[in-house]
Amino acid sequence: MHELGITRNIVAIVSENAGDRPVSRITLDIGKLSAIMPDAIRFCFDICSKNTPLENARLEINEIPGQGRCDICGKTIELEQPFGQCECGSRRITCIAGDEMKIREMEVM
Amino acid sequence: MCTTCGCSDDARAKLTNMETGDVVMIDEHSHHHHHEYNHSHDHHHHDDGHTHSHAHDHPHDHAHTHAGMHGTAISLETEILAKNDKLAERNRGWFEGRNILALNLVSSPGSGKTTLLERTIRDLSSEIPINVIEGDQETVNDAQRIKDTGCRVVQINTGTGCHLEADMLARGLKDLQPPLHSVVMIENVGNLVCPALFDLGEHCKVAILSVTEGEDKPVKYPHMFSAAKVMLLNKADLLPHLDFNVDQCVDYARQVNPEIEVFIVSAKTGDGMTDWYDWLRTNIPATSKEEAIV
Repeated sequence: MHELGITRNIVAIVSENAGDRPVSRITLDIGKLSAIMPDAIRFCFDICSKNTPLENARLEINEIPGQGRCDICGKTIELEQPFGQCECGSRRITCIAGDEMKIREMEVM
Repeated sequence: MCTTCGCSDDARAKLTNMETGDVVMIDEHSHHHHHEYNHSHDHHHHDDGHTHSHAHDHPHDHAHTHAGMHGTAISLETEILAKNDKLAERNRGWFEGRNILALNLVSSPGSGKTTLLERTIRDLSSEIPINVIEGDQETVNDAQRIKDTGCRVVQINTGTGCHLEADMLARGLKDLQPPLHSVVMIENVGNLVCPALFDLGEHCKVAILSVTEGEDKPVKYPHMFSAAKVMLLNKADLLPHLDFNVDQCVDYARQVNPEIEVFIVSAKTGDGMTDWYDWLRTNIPATSKEEAIV
């Protein structure tokens, strides 16, 4: 349940940036290969945001699909897991999308 | 920037209608403002009887579409774990400056991490100074076992926390005060999920898997095995009693991480441990090896 700690981080970073201003929305980029469950973040957010500038903020999560590039032939492939195999047989895949854990933006009133 | 509403013409700023949820880029929408500047004041406070009055009435009417109900979108583009990552980099520099090889040992609970450490410390005690940071949710049992080997050890109890974080390590290092040219083994909380996400500033992660677990653990917990540089397959002395398929397990590990180095060991009997020790010797910063030989 590392999402609780992750969510605390999110609330801390946004609060720091918001100062005294109430936050009406935050938008996150969470990659599907990132080992973070968006639903768990949503669950924790209600708890973690209490008595902070984020208390009434809307939480938007962009889930980014996984993509990798084959180190051998250069082909881009879809990844459902943080590993995979290219058509060329190679398992040397560099993840190019889907491992995001980012706060994209906040909206303050 | 509009100082009344705070909205900005910065390219990254956006504007959101709280009623509809519509998001508009500030530099794309027609910037209609309607801030009423309609104030006049008279001053009659000069002793010399001098009075002046001025009234300004400048309704600058560039009509505002987001009258009072909008927020200002501020781009953050911040990694959620930025704070931890920054502290981890500090730790990394700290280790590098002291020629210390720091290893983050990760595994499920019960894979034999502590036994493996005890054996490693005892076997290499005359050659390589090893000190330990122990991470567990509760108890100092592991630290006590490590202390009995004669090395320095600090226990970090994370309480409800399921992993070590970089600031905990930094605090632990202050107490541990490992000498120059040494090895610091960080025994993370037994957990194959969360520790994969938290960089501590280590040289690399070493994953320990025991043959009493399923051989498919590397594909079940791919984040951990792709983050690790080394996999130690422990409790190999039990293989004759188990159906564990070593080749299949190694193949799974390489599916997830083609570069991973695998050592099949028994911390109990010592079998296979020399390969692991050789790996340690190779990865210790050069001067440390030189000193160790002297």
